Amino acid sequence: MHVSERSNLRLIVLGILIFSLLATLVARLFYLQVMEVDEFRAAAQNNTVREVVEPAVRGLILDQAGRPLVSNRTSIVVTIDRAELNQQAKSGEAVIARLAGILGTTSASISERLMPCGIEGAPKPPICWNGSTYQAVPVAFDVDPQTALAIMEKRSEFAGVTAKLTAVREYSGPFDVNAAHILGYLGPVTEEQITQQDQSTAYDRLRRTDTIGRSGLENFYDTQLRGKPSVTTLEVDTLGQIINYLDQKPAVSGDYLVLTIDAKLQSVVEKQLVAAVQRAQGQGYPGDSGAAVVVDVRNGQILAMASYPTYDPSIWVGGVTQKQYKSLIKSDSLSSNATQGLFAPGSTYKIVSTAAAGKEGYSLYSNYNCPKQVKLGTQVFRNYESSAYGRISLARALEVSCNTVFYGLAERMWEAAGGSDATRDSADPIADAASMFGFGTPTGIDLPVESAGRIASRAFKVQNWEAKRDTWCANAIAGYPDTRKTNPKLANYYTALDKENCADGFRWREGDALNAAIGQGDTTVTPLQMAMAFSAIANGGTVYEPKLVKAIMGADGTVIERIAPTVKSKLDLPKSTINFLQNTLPGVTTDGSGETPFIGFPLNQIPVASKTGSAQVTGDKISTSWFASYAPANKPRYAIVVMVTQGGTGSKTSGPSVRKIYEALFGINGTTVNPNNSVLVGGAPSKSLPVIRPDGTPVTPKGKMSGVVTATGSN
Amino acid sequence: MAKFYASTSADNSLAGAGSRAGARGQGFWRDLDWTLLIAGLALTVLGSVLVWSASRADLASPTDPQSYLKRHVINVVVAIGLGYLASRLNYRWLRAYTPIIYGFSFFLLLLPFAPGIGMTVAGARAWIDLPGGLTLQPSEFMKIAVILMMAALLSERKDIETEPSGRDSLLALAAVGLPTAVILVQNDTGTVLILGTVAISIIAVAGVRTRWLVALIGGAVLSILLAIQLGLLKEYQVARLTSFISPDIDTGASAYSANQARIAIGGGGWFGTGLFEGPQTQGKFVPVNESDFIFTVSGEELGFIGSVLLILLLAVLLWRAAMIAWKADDQYGRLVATGVLAWLAFQTFENIGMTLGIMPITGIPLPFISAGGTSMMAVWIAIGLLQTVRLHEVRSGI
Repeated sequence: MHVSERSNLRLIVLGILIFSLLATLVARLFYLQVMEVDEFRAAAQNNTVREVVEPAVRGLILDQAGRPLVSNRTSIVVTIDRAELNQQAKSGEAVIARLAGILGTTSASISERLMPCGIEGAPKPPICWNGSTYQAVPVAFDVDPQTALAIMEKRSEFAGVTAKLTAVREYSGPFDVNAAHILGYLGPVTEEQITQQDQSTAYDRLRRTDTIGRSGLENFYDTQLRGKPSVTTLEVDTLGQIINYLDQKPAVSGDYLVLTIDAKLQSVVEKQLVAAVQRAQGQGYPGDSGAAVVVDVRNGQILAMASYPTYDPSIWVGGVTQKQYKSLIKSDSLSSNATQGLFAPGSTYKIVSTAAAGKEGYSLYSNYNCPKQVKLGTQVFRNYESSAYGRISLARALEVSCNTVFYGLAERMWEAAGGSDATRDSADPIADAASMFGFGTPTGIDLPVESAGRIASRAFKVQNWEAKRDTWCANAIAGYPDTRKTNPKLANYYTALDKENCADGFRWREGDALNAAIGQGDTTVTPLQMAMAFSAIANGGTVYEPKLVKAIMGADGTVIERIAPTVKSKLDLPKSTINFLQNTLPGVTTDGSGETPFIGFPLNQIPVASKTGSAQVTGDKISTSWFASYAPANKPRYAIVVMVTQGGTGSKTSGPSVRKIYEALFGINGTTVNPNNSVLVGGAPSKSLPVIRPDGTPVTPKGKMSGVVTATGSN
Repeated sequence: MAKFYASTSADNSLAGAGSRAGARGQGFWRDLDWTLLIAGLALTVLGSVLVWSASRADLASPTDPQSYLKRHVINVVVAIGLGYLASRLNYRWLRAYTPIIYGFSFFLLLLPFAPGIGMTVAGARAWIDLPGGLTLQPSEFMKIAVILMMAALLSERKDIETEPSGRDSLLALAAVGLPTAVILVQNDTGTVLILGTVAISIIAVAGVRTRWLVALIGGAVLSILLAIQLGLLKEYQVARLTSFISPDIDTGASAYSANQARIAIGGGGWFGTGLFEGPQTQGKFVPVNESDFIFTVSGEELGFIGSVLLILLLAVLLWRAAMIAWKADDQYGRLVATGVLAWLAFQTFENIGMTLGIMPITGIPLPFISAGGTSMMAVWIAIGLLQTVRLHEVRSGI
């Protein structure tokens, strides 16, 4: 080939190469600008649009008289920016150590807060950091100003640490009210909640920096309480300098909750619950937990509700430490025994059996035999302390809580439904009556969690058998080889039991029916359910959904929503049956098992309808003490239930506290009744809503009723 | 092939003159390659508008928002003036003085090392600080000098049919190797790559034997790999060269640039956001978007249509350069035009390619478009040289 030819050829190749490179550029440009344009547009927007978010002032929670139970205050909070810390040597160990020194804590207790939940070695929530990776982690609250100043002045020593004024919740209601399980607490928003919003772009969406209600009313009414943040949308350049104001949304303060709870009554109820527990412990019983509920029977509003043990809700404000959290878990004080605790109702459940008998057409006014015990095969079903009363009326049987009378009724109902030949679809009148009263289903209270409870019934037995059959059958075949080595007799007993259960554990036996009639066996209820059931008897047959909030008001005092009473169900009972219960239960207090605690109480002016319960618990535990009641029996207003586990009898342990609460409610001193002495302002729950001043502060009752202790001579 | 052969071997044949019958004449203005000139002018005007848009935001002095644009316009005027002078150069004179031009350029290239004169920008010590806030990047002139020098050395033989001697080829390699080494020390990786491709293109078109050419290309590729492997390149240089492969993973500064550049261009769509309206551009999210990353401004604000127009203008210009090389009537002219063609083409591809994420990030400007006085002057001198070659070809074709 000639050199010039070679040169020409190479020039052509060079030309082709160059123009294919240019074509490549155009193709790539087409791909980026036309095919992928949306993705890059979004990325560009992310780059340039910044939001400045200022959270709204969270709404107050007021009691029924307008007293703040939860308010806001400012606190100096020390936060750590993890991203900045991680850029330092050894992830900022030195800074943490210095900070621990100045805060008077340990490096470990700061470090454990910085760990994101779920990573290896991180403590469990809520100690670990549940919030966003990009959010500064609060590590100390209520830091004194000198310390804050020291931190902010030595920026180089405390790189990544910030101390600033932040609005926090204040849980110091009047009269030393605790109400921890009602009010709940706040915590940082979780990554899960952020993703649940599915990339919402609404300006009032949850942001990673938000704190939200994590339990109680703070959680249930979070949206209303939180309000809407002020959001300024800016367009910024690469240095963060503002190019343009795009949008400005003003903050909308959170709404106020007006509760049905009365702070002063709540305080009395909390003290009386503790007193009941102490009475149990005074008798040498563990008295390990308890609950007390006061309900307005006419509308289902809860005037007071307490759970023992409880905790100080303000420990959440600073974020609990691992130590605090461990003790919370150990004391089992986080969940509410009033709404989440499940307990055998014992004899208080006889209202259900009575209702079932009435509905089934059994005579409520005949006499029944009350022997000291009944035998069923090898099993013996006894009366409390094996007392025998001979032939007595059903009313008397309720008054003295004669088990054997109800065993008799249950047996008759069981036989009528087919006895041992019954199928799983046969009638189950006591279970039906129980669900009529609202047992076995959630009450519908305005709290995020509550327990449904369980009704011992044919249906439950079948359900239980289906769940456990395989285990039972397997055990029956295996024959407990381990137990057999040491105790062949026990192994035989277990094997026989499992064999029977495996074969026909679904059967609703006579013994099951007898136990169910007196609230023993598989039945469990919450104290709140019990209070709602007694309210239904009191008000003539309406089971209300219990409510803790009666109105939602704007921070400017406007009424946003009045929460009307909601009917959950009606007692489908003959009027005569309800009348029978209404007429009989006051006798329990005057002449029956509930008499002792009410000696000296002006029952002639304020008759009290009641039913005691001392529910047996499996194992060698002390019985659960129940005292369920309503008053005045002739013109019902309030239902009160007090319950103490391992507390002994209802009358001895819980009864006296119920009496004290009635005395506080009605203004009873000795035998004189004076509504002016009631803990409720005006002697009754307020019919009107509190007044909120233009500055957002509520008008509270004056003087002693305000609950505000005026400090004198301090400082 | 034979026809081309006839028209390009003007030295020993008059046959080629036939094709230029209408263009016969002595008028400088008439004989200019007007398409080339107009494409260059159009690109320069378009570039100025883009520089204006990019520099409005934060480069402008508070008293005069147009100050940066004004400086750019002055640069452009000076550059076009130099281009005119270059096109007026006597062909023989140019060839005769090439060693002096080369020597002077090499001297300038060493100046950045002098304390008090040299300046480091973006890690490259490749600038000379002049009084009055002006700066000079001598490597831009060095590109021209290398092209002229290589062309002169490789066209020593008068006869176009004779391939360059081994001695001339080695001298030509030395002519590019020496400044390349200096530029490498100055950390100006982009210019090194451009010089390499320019040198290979010139040597290829000069007609050296294919095996030598293959060996040369192989050697170049090998030395790049070795440099990376042996750690001769600094860490950031490797990062720059490799970050384009996965810009989403790397979070370093060069990956940031690559990513932001793609966001800007990708967001442009068919028609762009409109001049002065691009959020990435106006927010200065893309670094140095008035110079090295100027194409992102076009991509975002003028969109696909505008950017393709820009590439088309460059394509027209490169086509004219290729045609001048093709029709050049002697080896010298052909190699000068080839050098300029390769320079402008590869610099264009590398610059636009890096903003599109298909080439490594290096600090080289987009010809005619980017702000930067030295670059603008260099490319307009290159246009002038192309015109000189063209004018010589037209006139010798009489």
